Amino acid sequence: MKMKFATAVAAAMSLAAPAMADLVIPNLSYRTGPFAAGGIPYADGFNDYFTLLNERDGGIGGEKVQVPECETAYNTEKGVECYEATKGLGALVYNPLSTGITYQLIPKVSQDGITLYTPGYGRTSAANGAIFEWVFNYPANYWDGASVAVKYLLEQNGGDLKGKKIALLYHNSAYGKEPIRTLESLAAKHGYELTQMPIDTPGQEQKSQWLQVRREKPDYVIFWGWGVMNQVAIQEAVNIKFPMENFIGVWWSGSENDVLPAGDGANGYKSLAMHGTGMDYPVYADMQKYVVDAGKASGAGDQVGSVLYSRGMYAAMVISEAVRKAQELAGTSAVNAAQVRDGFEALEITEERMAEIGLPNFGQPFAASCTDHGGPGAAMIQQWDAAAKEWNLVTGFIAPDDEVLDPLVAEDSAAFAAENKITPRCN
Amino acid sequence: MFYREAGDFKTSYRQDSQTFPIRFDRWRFYAVLALAFGVIPFVINDYWANSVFVPFLIYAIAAIGLNILTGYAGQVSLGTGGFMAVGAYACYKLMTSFPEVSILIHVLLAGGVTAAVGVLFGLPSLRIKGFYLAVATLAAQFFLVWLFNKVPWFYNFSASGQITAPDRTVLGYFVTGAQTSATAKYLVCLVFLVLVALIARNLTRGTVGRKWMAIRDMDIAAEIIGVNPLTTKLTAFAVSSFFIGIAGALFFAVYLGAAEVGEAFGIQKSFLILFMVIIGGLGSIFGSFAGAAFLVLLPVLLKNLLVGTLGWPTDLAAHIELMIVGGLIVVFLIAEPHGLAQLWRLAKEKLRLWPFPH
Repeated sequence: MKMKFATAVAAAMSLAAPAMADLVIPNLSYRTGPFAAGGIPYADGFNDYFTLLNERDGGIGGEKVQVPECETAYNTEKGVECYEATKGLGALVYNPLSTGITYQLIPKVSQDGITLYTPGYGRTSAANGAIFEWVFNYPANYWDGASVAVKYLLEQNGGDLKGKKIALLYHNSAYGKEPIRTLESLAAKHGYELTQMPIDTPGQEQKSQWLQVRREKPDYVIFWGWGVMNQVAIQEAVNIKFPMENFIGVWWSGSENDVLPAGDGANGYKSLAMHGTGMDYPVYADMQKYVVDAGKASGAGDQVGSVLYSRGMYAAMVISEAVRKAQELAGTSAVNAAQVRDGFEALEITEERMAEIGLPNFGQPFAASCTDHGGPGAAMIQQWDAAAKEWNLVTGFIAPDDEVLDPLVAEDSAAFAAENKITPRCN
Repeated sequence: MFYREAGDFKTSYRQDSQTFPIRFDRWRFYAVLALAFGVIPFVINDYWANSVFVPFLIYAIAAIGLNILTGYAGQVSLGTGGFMAVGAYACYKLMTSFPEVSILIHVLLAGGVTAAVGVLFGLPSLRIKGFYLAVATLAAQFFLVWLFNKVPWFYNFSASGQITAPDRTVLGYFVTGAQTSATAKYLVCLVFLVLVALIARNLTRGTVGRKWMAIRDMDIAAEIIGVNPLTTKLTAFAVSSFFIGIAGALFFAVYLGAAEVGEAFGIQKSFLILFMVIIGGLGSIFGSFAGAAFLVLLPVLLKNLLVGTLGWPTDLAAHIELMIVGGLIVVFLIAEPHGLAQLWRLAKEKLRLWPFPH
């Protein structure tokens, strides 16, 4: 029986591997499962941007970009399978959109010599390029996000959070646990009281956590959710009449899909934002012309301009700029994985470049270096307007508290280096 | 013609009671072993190891473990994921606490720890049966996952709650960590699987296995003829958990390299392995292999076929794949309620008579 399957698998595999000479940037996406609400728009934005480059400019530096898609369902086992299945195609960079899969892939990409780019998620201490040679997580990471949220609350309270109660409501996984260490350090510094409330995956059942919120009456709830868990949490907050303006989600908990189901009740909900959103950018004119109208949009094509679509597009934009930089450094357009890594490390995104691309003031400008793979880490706060059904930015970019974060990053990356016997680079 | 007992004379008790009494079966078994040890290690690559063979081998170990408990001893368990987690975390704690000891010994010890935990959660089986026992083991599943999330000591106080397997070698070859070759991963899992399968096969043919089956078929009758339910049920839990613990340790250390308890060892894992046992065939070692192969290989095959060959969108393929696998499970269970192992048994009966059935 098993031999029969094995031969059948062999037959399917030999058919499945196409010959490729282009730039291969796999999209490990998830369009199924409890996290699909977040995965679909992100994957569409990611694909569409590369389609735009292929259609309008003929690829990057004259090389077409191939974006083979592989479904992970936000599951680490399937993520590993997708990685193994696509790396043989000559993959240049991975962006798995899952902190769990990122943890799986960090040792593998370091061994195989492929870049892992995790904007706004993944392992925070990978910001230390001296230790994580192959991993990049600029422009911002979880600890930046946690710090920005606390800084915003400090501003709201005239610089003093003493005696305030802040609850962290989080997905009980590597993703949700990431900000705990930062929030604890910040609690020691600013004197607020931190309550932790884990929600088990996938997060459809949150009654007991919100009962705890009702009982303990925290002044603020900081929220680290993803997928279906976001919609449930916002609905539950509406149900217990928690003041929405005191409910702040991370950037993964602030898309249209999360707030729309709760209707008017969600009005005033806030979330972090690491880039702009909406259709007011010149790039969308080209996107409409070359991708949407040409019938080449990824998925159903109904996500254009949404928050997570913008984020997928942003990730694709940074990757394409890094590839461009790599081509410039290597002097050839057919770059390999190692050259792309050098491109990531030498990447500088300026205001002028973003304006040229058609995304003026979309994200923060940053420049990477050998030690700095994490970027400046600033983020904005956006607020949901339920009547107009749109997100409005209520602050500009707020810089994180590097005084607290830098030692944490150094400590965590040093622990990783000791575990894996890595000697720091960049000396 | 060639598949028959006739003409194969047994001249000793040892020969008479061997696992494969038919010569053709014996040769087939040696051929599979020769293929598994002599050919596959030389041709395997990362994709085949990580997507097909290593998960298949590890799930087969877990399925054999659960088959002993559910198939042979008749105790329904929904705690398999939790017990695999015990194996994984025990292996992790041992690996990080005693780095100089061989990983192979750690895997065995992790199995031992899981056996102890399994016996503990097996105690209620002396009083409760059937669905009620299933609920008690379900409690074990949730309790164990909660425990490994809640107590930071188990994950060495890491910030993310993840456990990551450090690099370990056997005879100078890496078997855990990123530098592990596909061959090394495959061989380690294969050696454990072969040992587990041989032990399980022989246990189930001997006194211990007969006691398990007696308890499964009618526990009161078994007690009357002198089978002690206490030791019988607890040995079933111990042996089963030992194997499942080994599977959990290999799953974490060799296959994934890093794991998060809620995601890698959640309730879905318990159901997946239970389905493997049911589809493969309760009370059959071959059934454990067949069930694991069915549920590990079929989704990979379908994915490659639908997305790779036919070029369907990934979301459509993922949904269709679920429907096909689910549909096949239903078809199999209607057509053959005793699982794939029964199909194999029928095929063998037919082969004996072939080509002159009358």
